[in-house]
Amino acid sequence: MTTPSPVMRDPSGFVIELEQFSGPLDLLLHLIHEEEVDITDLPISKIADQFLAVIRDLGLNQAADYLEMAARLLRIKAQMLLPRRLGDDEWEDPRAELVRRLLEYQQIRELVDWLARAAAVRAERFGRGYEAPPPDAPPAPLQIDLNDLLAAAERVIALIPEPMVHRVVPRPLDVEGALAKIHALLAERETFGWGEVVGPGATIVDVLSAFIALLELAKRGTVSLAQPEPFAPMVIRRESPREAA
Amino acid sequence: MSPLAKLLEAALFAASRPLTLEELASLEPDTGEGALRAALNEVRVAYSDDHGVELAEIAEGWQFLTRREYAEAIDRAQFALRPRRLSPAALETLAIIAYRQPVGRLEVDEIRGVDSGAVIDKLLERALVEVVTRGEGLGRPLLYGTTPQFLEILGLKDLEELPRLEELSVALRPPTPAEEPE
Repeated sequence: MTTPSPVMRDPSGFVIELEQFSGPLDLLLHLIHEEEVDITDLPISKIADQFLAVIRDLGLNQAADYLEMAARLLRIKAQMLLPRRLGDDEWEDPRAELVRRLLEYQQIRELVDWLARAAAVRAERFGRGYEAPPPDAPPAPLQIDLNDLLAAAERVIALIPEPMVHRVVPRPLDVEGALAKIHALLAERETFGWGEVVGPGATIVDVLSAFIALLELAKRGTVSLAQPEPFAPMVIRRESPREAA
Repeated sequence: MSPLAKLLEAALFAASRPLTLEELASLEPDTGEGALRAALNEVRVAYSDDHGVELAEIAEGWQFLTRREYAEAIDRAQFALRPRRLSPAALETLAIIAYRQPVGRLEVDEIRGVDSGAVIDKLLERALVEVVTRGEGLGRPLLYGTTPQFLEILGLKDLEELPRLEELSVALRPPTPAEEPE
């Protein structure tokens, strides 16, 4: 069976080689230069989307190093989207560590260019008695008898770890219950606060259920959601009586 | 040329690798370093023009090398072959090891953003890097450094000839060694 060629042809006719990039940082730097964006003020959303598109097109999303970087980019993108309090001096740019690594890597790339030039110049000067390294000898034909083969198979089988069984405990969200509760509140009043939807002792599952229920109602147009300012409690208002269900 | 210069010329001609000052000194044990360097300079000047080869100071030693302008003809005639080029991954790893030595695999991985174990093994095989010591901390990791062979393939006299980090267009925190060399 032949292994697939490490060359992909994208629809626009460009040939992109998988080996073109020596790692996720190299690919990121490539995208940054191509987009001509400022590395110290990285438009993370744009770069993250492009990174994901490229690794998907190249099939690099199978490679752990690229996946890890993709996850990191998405996390930074999410952190950038979070609102921050005005005058918050404690805020640390979530991109800082990535930018530091990119700059460090860029420095290495510059050194690589220098080393490659030096090696090319050196390669143009021959010393005495230089011998090219001999080509790799073809592997000797395999000689093995049945007992060896069985012994080897036993060793391999011994290495197979016991399957590890994970127990996943279902904790379903109770969106139906939350919907019923909100409907009850809506029947009584025109507006009410988030605090009334989830009680003081709400678990994370309660909060998620209530939040999804609210989003669903807002999508249907039953309620409108408002937040006067970042981090203020949410205000839920009855929208129209055309809710049929 | 002086008798000592001719002796050095003969030895350098016979050798197929750079010879260090100590090695050259073993030819005439009673010779002082000053006289040896003067004689080496004599050979260098004698070959500085009018010859197809020149005396190069390389990898902490001296070696006769052909002049660059003849590379193509010699290569074409296949009297000698140019060495294989190093891959970008190998050069990246070499650059990090050269500047951060002694350095462990984890730090190389972190800077490159990819696993570098296989690349380091290749460099060890080609004797471009070597294990110089073991680090402190968990598992006492192997720490790598560059070899004279590394200087040889780059045509460098010593590590001082590498560009200083401050000279690069991307200025960044230099590695902070315990004691500043220089």
